[in-house]
Amino acid sequence: MVTIQRNDLQTLFDALERRGYRIISPTVRDEAIILDTVHSADDLPKGRGEEQSAARYRLNRREDDALFGYAVGPHAWKQFLYPPVQTLLQARREGTSRSSGEPGFALLNPEGADEEPAMAFVGVRPCDLAAIRRLDAVFLQGPFQEPGYARRRSRALVVVAQCTAPSGTCFCASMNTGPSAPDGFDIALTEVLSTGPTVYLAESGSERGAEILRDVTCRPSTSEEISAAARAIESAAGRMGRHVDLDGLSETLRRSIEHVRWQQTAQRCLSCANCTMVCPTCFCSTVEDTTDLTATIAERRRRWDSCFTLDYSYIHGGSVRPSGMSRYRQWIMHKMSTWVDQYGTYGCTGCGRCITWCPVGIDITQEVAAVQHPSIESVTPPRENVHG
Amino acid sequence: MANAPDLMAESAVLAEAPDPMRPRLFRIAKFTHNTHDTFTVALEDLETGAGIGFRPGQFNMVYLYGVGEIPISISGDPQDRSVVIHTTRAVGTVTKAMRSMRKGDTLGLRGPYGVPWPVDRARGRDVVIVAGGIGLAPLRPVLYHCLAHRNEMNKLVLLYGTRSPVDILYREELESWRARFDLDVYVSVDRGMEGWHGNVGFVSTLIAKAPFDAGNTTAYLCGPEVMMRVCATELIKRGVPDHELFVSMERNMKCGIGFCGHCQLGPVFICKDGPVFPYPRMRNLLSPWEL
Ligand SMILES: Cc1cc2nc3c(=O)[nH]c(=O)nc-3n(C[C@H](O)[C@H](O)[C@H](O)COP(=O)(O)OP(=O)(O)OC[C@H]3O[C@@H](n4cnc5c(N)ncnc54)[C@H](O)[C@@H]3O)c2cc1C
Ligand code: SF4
Ligand code: SF4
Ligand code: FES
Repeated sequence: MVTIQRNDLQTLFDALERRGYRIISPTVRDEAIILDTVHSADDLPKGRGEEQSAARYRLNRREDDALFGYAVGPHAWKQFLYPPVQTLLQARREGTSRSSGEPGFALLNPEGADEEPAMAFVGVRPCDLAAIRRLDAVFLQGPFQEPGYARRRSRALVVVAQCTAPSGTCFCASMNTGPSAPDGFDIALTEVLSTGPTVYLAESGSERGAEILRDVTCRPSTSEEISAAARAIESAAGRMGRHVDLDGLSETLRRSIEHVRWQQTAQRCLSCANCTMVCPTCFCSTVEDTTDLTATIAERRRRWDSCFTLDYSYIHGGSVRPSGMSRYRQWIMHKMSTWVDQYGTYGCTGCGRCITWCPVGIDITQEVAAVQHPSIESVTPPRENVHG
Repeated sequence: MANAPDLMAESAVLAEAPDPMRPRLFRIAKFTHNTHDTFTVALEDLETGAGIGFRPGQFNMVYLYGVGEIPISISGDPQDRSVVIHTTRAVGTVTKAMRSMRKGDTLGLRGPYGVPWPVDRARGRDVVIVAGGIGLAPLRPVLYHCLAHRNEMNKLVLLYGTRSPVDILYREELESWRARFDLDVYVSVDRGMEGWHGNVGFVSTLIAKAPFDAGNTTAYLCGPEVMMRVCATELIKRGVPDHELFVSMERNMKCGIGFCGHCQLGPVFICKDGPVFPYPRMRNLLSPWEL
């Protein structure tokens, strides 16, 4: 463990830029902390904190000079690893078939994606590192690997900021994804405010992280600093605004398809898809096909999608989930139950974004608790769903 | 750009991996209209001139230039690698555009994908194939397989139901199969019409009539979900063990390989965990609960 003085943190940014990384970190824009390209430690949200509750997000000023004094904002790292719009394919019309007049075509070679600089994610919260690892399971575990994700992910450097500033909608401690990450990072920083001037305790978690740290101005950490860091993390675990009881949760939900709560919450849900867009683990996508005006170039584009849309489950004859109830239930079931069957972990990391950014303040932790509660009333099944 | 050498090495390796979302191009070698709304294409790889190896029940993602990409089961003979056969019902944007294609036209294919029908399970047993409508297409490779390995199984029964006599798919082939002594073919239509002397009623009504030893039967079902549910219930009632029933499921699919999320049905991804499943795994999911 080494200690970096507040003023020397810039040497970490310099070390990353020298190696050609595009540095991405939390930064303030339009009264929110978002993720964007930065060049220096001064671009971090210095002295900023935030207030989060259901359907509410406000930036405020802290009384200290903390650089990591907030939880997570509306952006998640998935936008860099799996961008919202990706070109899958370009094809060019070539010749015309003699029998039908339909065009023949050829596939164009993809543009040289290798020229993108590798990314360094600085200030990744443990819950968000857990989210990246959820996405790894989706895109890398197989049977097929998503090559764009694989390329960006394997080149990306992860600098975690262990969490010392949870918000009112956080519950990573109950999801076992935070407030500190034991591994999976290249470098982990812990911001320590209590021992005097602000310092950063740093440890490496990979060869490449260690190599970078050798270029950073630092000194060995004192035992006082190490125990202050541990206390800050421990206190964070106790200050989260939300809680989920994981005991038998995925099983309980599996048995609760008919629970009356789905119907009740669906009456408040606007099906706006905000929760799936801000969720750091939601990975769903759709594909759009377009041609230029003369139909000489065709393109396939992948775009983030949400299970809250009607089209999402469309098969001829109609949607498989026509009611808001069934779409809302799909989202919670996937995050808290079927993800476990699919990937062996919960799909929710407890980051709290969906609670903060839901326009009507639907709270996944309350929803889950309502279904776990033993007083189950049944609803009548919806009408027979005939398709095909 | 001065990237650390290990990063460069890793990215170079990954760049070589073929993109599973990129189709191969195929030419339509033969185009046949089956019924008023179904048609069959035989496809050859533009580069190799051949088809692809596949197992009964697998599907391809079929890409039409500028229009879209959809999952279609392979409905040809698994022993024949000279062409890829797809039988499609024209129902919407992509399938209708495909119906207007002709011999010589080009389309893209990715695949074959998905878990096949467990055809080897039928050794020493009776085989009952239950198809509803276009569901006969994904089951035809099972029939081809069974006929090619006919002495490995006991009775072989096909129960096929469709809307009306004009909707009967693969009519000539059905006639020739019906003429065989080693295969029992039963066809039923939901609505009869003049000149139709066959069965009228849902395909499930054929289950009671067909000759098979229920306790020693393996059954493969494909069709609308309601049909599969009703038929599975009938087969179980007749004494077929539920773990000897297999169903093929359908959901919206945008990738076919586990990336897009669209094909989820509760805990499973139809594209990579299916489309073929043992019935007990689907029993609670084939419910009217909009899962
Ligand atoms: C594993 C699998 C195998 C299939 N095998 C066959 C087959 O052998 N023959 C055949 O005729 N049909 C088959 N289908 C159904 C076929 O994929 C749909 O009829 C087709 O996608 C409809 O597309 P469209 O653009 O013509 O229809 P539209 O109604 O215009 O649909 C728009 C989009 O919705 C989606 N969609 C619509 N209906 C379906 C559907 N039933 N299943 C999945 N996605 C759908 C597609 O993405 C489609 O592009 C299969 C489906 C699956 C999942
Ligand atoms: S479900 Fe909500 S709390 Fe859980 S990871 Fe997604 S956005 Fe965060
Ligand atoms: S199915 Fe819904 S909840 Fe699950 S990953 Fe996709 S968008 Fe998110
Ligand atoms: S079709 Fe995309 S995940 Fe199954």
